Amino acid sequence: MKNKIKNLLKSNGMKTFNSTLIAIGLGLLVGLVVLLIVDSSNAAGGFSKILFGGFGRFADVLYYATPLILTGLSVGFAFKMGLFNIGASGQYTMGMFFALYVGLVWDLPGGLHWFVAILAAIVGGMLIGSIPGILKAHFNVNEVITSIMLNYIGMYIVDMLIKNNGKLVVGSEARTAYLPETVQSLSLGVSGSNLNIAIFLAIIIAVGLYIVLKKTTFGYELIATGYNKDASKYAGINYKRNTILTMVIAGGLAGLGGGVAILAPSLIADASQVYEPINVIAVAGFNGIAVALLASSSPIGIIFSALFISLIQRGGTSAALFGFKPQIIDIVIAIIIYFSAFSLIMSGWLGKIVKNYSRKKSKKGPDKENKVVK
Amino acid sequence: MENYVVEMLNIRKEFPGIVANDDITLRLKKGEIHALLGENGAGKSTLMSVLFGLYQPERGKIKKNGEIVSINNPNDANALGIGMVHQHFKLVDVFTVLENIILGVEPNKMGFLKKKSARKKIVELSDAYGLQVDPDALIEKISVGMQQRVEILKMLYRDNEILIFDEPTAVLTPQEIEELMAIMKGFAKEGKSILFITHKLNEIMAVADRCTVLQKGRYKGTVEISETSKEELSRMMVGRDVNFNIEKKKSKPKEVVLSVEGVSVKSKISELHSVNNVSFNVREGEIVCLAGIEGNGQSELVYAITGLEKSSKGTIKLNGKDITKLSIRDRSITGMSHIPEDRHKHGLVLEYSLEMNLILQSYWQPQFQNKGFLKFDEIRNYATKLIDQYDVRCAEGPVTITRQMSGGNQQKAIVGRELDKNSDLLISVQPTRGLDVGAIEYIHKQIVQARDDGSAVLLMSLELDEVMNLSDRILVMYEGEIVGEFDPKKVSIEELGLYMAGSKRQTKVTGGLKDEE
Repeated sequence: MKNKIKNLLKSNGMKTFNSTLIAIGLGLLVGLVVLLIVDSSNAAGGFSKILFGGFGRFADVLYYATPLILTGLSVGFAFKMGLFNIGASGQYTMGMFFALYVGLVWDLPGGLHWFVAILAAIVGGMLIGSIPGILKAHFNVNEVITSIMLNYIGMYIVDMLIKNNGKLVVGSEARTAYLPETVQSLSLGVSGSNLNIAIFLAIIIAVGLYIVLKKTTFGYELIATGYNKDASKYAGINYKRNTILTMVIAGGLAGLGGGVAILAPSLIADASQVYEPINVIAVAGFNGIAVALLASSSPIGIIFSALFISLIQRGGTSAALFGFKPQIIDIVIAIIIYFSAFSLIMSGWLGKIVKNYSRKKSKKGPDKENKVVK
Repeated sequence: MENYVVEMLNIRKEFPGIVANDDITLRLKKGEIHALLGENGAGKSTLMSVLFGLYQPERGKIKKNGEIVSINNPNDANALGIGMVHQHFKLVDVFTVLENIILGVEPNKMGFLKKKSARKKIVELSDAYGLQVDPDALIEKISVGMQQRVEILKMLYRDNEILIFDEPTAVLTPQEIEELMAIMKGFAKEGKSILFITHKLNEIMAVADRCTVLQKGRYKGTVEISETSKEELSRMMVGRDVNFNIEKKKSKPKEVVLSVEGVSVKSKISELHSVNNVSFNVREGEIVCLAGIEGNGQSELVYAITGLEKSSKGTIKLNGKDITKLSIRDRSITGMSHIPEDRHKHGLVLEYSLEMNLILQSYWQPQFQNKGFLKFDEIRNYATKLIDQYDVRCAEGPVTITRQMSGGNQQKAIVGRELDKNSDLLISVQPTRGLDVGAIEYIHKQIVQARDDGSAVLLMSLELDEVMNLSDRILVMYEGEIVGEFDPKKVSIEELGLYMAGSKRQTKVTGGLKDEE
């Protein structure tokens, strides 16, 4: 058991985790400096709100983390195969639209209605996600370009379809109509929070993806392709099929993110979450990139990085009490993510420090380092 | 007191789980060619990377002209006049020769490049040393030999006095190797000092003045070449006697396993590399070798047979079954093993652990997966078995990250993986490229064993020694065509060379090939 813990502490995953923590710490530090520059007298109070304010509303942290986990998984999963799914926003919006359509236009009995709406969200994301996949697999078109452009195409199509359908939109076209309660996700009953069962769905999917990547032949193929496309071809791995499949899955995940966002219950009776068709790209998709980066695309790590980002976002809103503008908190979050890109350097530093420390220790004892490979 | 330009004293360099250099001392005299010899993984490249500033040693010091210096990065090395030609060239493919040579030390006037003066210096250098290059050619368009000349010119352009060559001959044709040797001797005569990393004993005997031998990260000694022999050097390097001749019985070819009929392949690189209407057979129990100078279509032909590229014409049959249109996986199932030419590009996923690489061709088989879930215990057992059976040396066993292994052991892992498939056809492309004598001897034995066990072996090699020693039948390729078929016992290396260079060829007549001047 002791050895197991030792191995765990020495494992690569742990190294990544530690360096991510240091990266976050440095990011927070720089964030604090920004706050000090903006308003030094309130910086300490504002900073502690950003860091800890979220804990007071932890149910909300979980609630806002739900779609983030899913878009983070969408980006991270594609990353594993070496694909950069920058189109999570478009997929998110399309998934949301499909769920909205099922919720408002189809008339289905209670539990089934929600279930079908969720499935529809996945299908919507998959449809739009498959396009860059097919283009990449068959015509070697760069997926970054095709997926980023689909963000706009998806969003405009959705806004157009919503505005043109009287069943979906209210008279002023300012927002979508309220969804019936039958199609809303089951609330977990935390007072004052929209937290709903979708959080479990997101966590289960993250664990599922972890298993797929680590334990299955599909995951083996996927990661091999991500590391070395030529070697995977040599191994007889079907690159085209896997590329399309990966983008379809990634699209489905982001689509589900949009679905659970729109299907979340409302705190106000007879109301629901709404979408405003005002030609703005969903930010959740881009936050997904940050979430995936911060977690080095590890599905389990993504749960925590999404929680973390959600936490400081919630905390940031309460930092407004100290007179900080919401843009400041966005800057601090951006800085943290910026620093997370340095986490590789951090792990190098960390390795050196640990090594120097252990050498000092071993100098006292007998020299056991002469390990030459037989 | 001897006059040493560079002294590396008691160098120690560690990597996680391995001591790559342990108390190594190397002294380089002015104007000498000093060979650094050792098996793969002996620590040669690490030691040179320390000298070049790529790694910092944990212990030991470096002296230049008797004074202690610290080399923290390649710029420091450069400032001390140390230059290096790496085994894998560090060139920008889409830049021209000239742009690559001046890269990092661009002559400029207020930020504007002064290519004219650079060009003048490059042309002078290339004339003075016989290093023929076209300054305006793109790197991706020129031969490997010329790329190497560009690397050498880079060092000369920077006025380096100490030149490190890391396995420079591994990628060259016999003629190019001779040219390089002459160039190196010219440098030494001029007073430049050369460190020459290699494991080819013939080359050391031909050009070096002294030789330092490393074994498993430790210093074995430094010898004068005039006072030593090939046998002694190999004993110092491997720690035992090495048999340079391959022992094999006469082949007894049986049924045709691979049949290639009228195959043409269009090359993506250049017209010259294309394969044009090639036909041949490989039979059970024989080793057929495709010989030729690099870039005459051998690689492309192998790509077409293994399925990495499509053939544009002709049929390929394996055990009588037409496999021309089959996927790589289906060819493998039909009975094909493939030791690929480039082990880093095709053969391995370097970031994966060794065990995951050992199942790269078989992970989908019921032995290793159940309903899509990998059977990790089975994989571990299988990997342990292969590691043991094929003597793959790795720091942490099956979980060693493949990138951390030496080239020779990486290749052994691939050989083990492919031979263990017991395929009817083994395609082996440059199986010993860049390996040391110990590993070469071992891999040759394994290939002969596969033949004796009834496999048909198609070997592609650029090393004429290997071609002559290992094969039962030689096919020479020139400009995408087979220009001659030989029995290795009845042909000389010189004769083969004439066919490889295109100055002789046999013509096709019914029933075989016939000589034509």
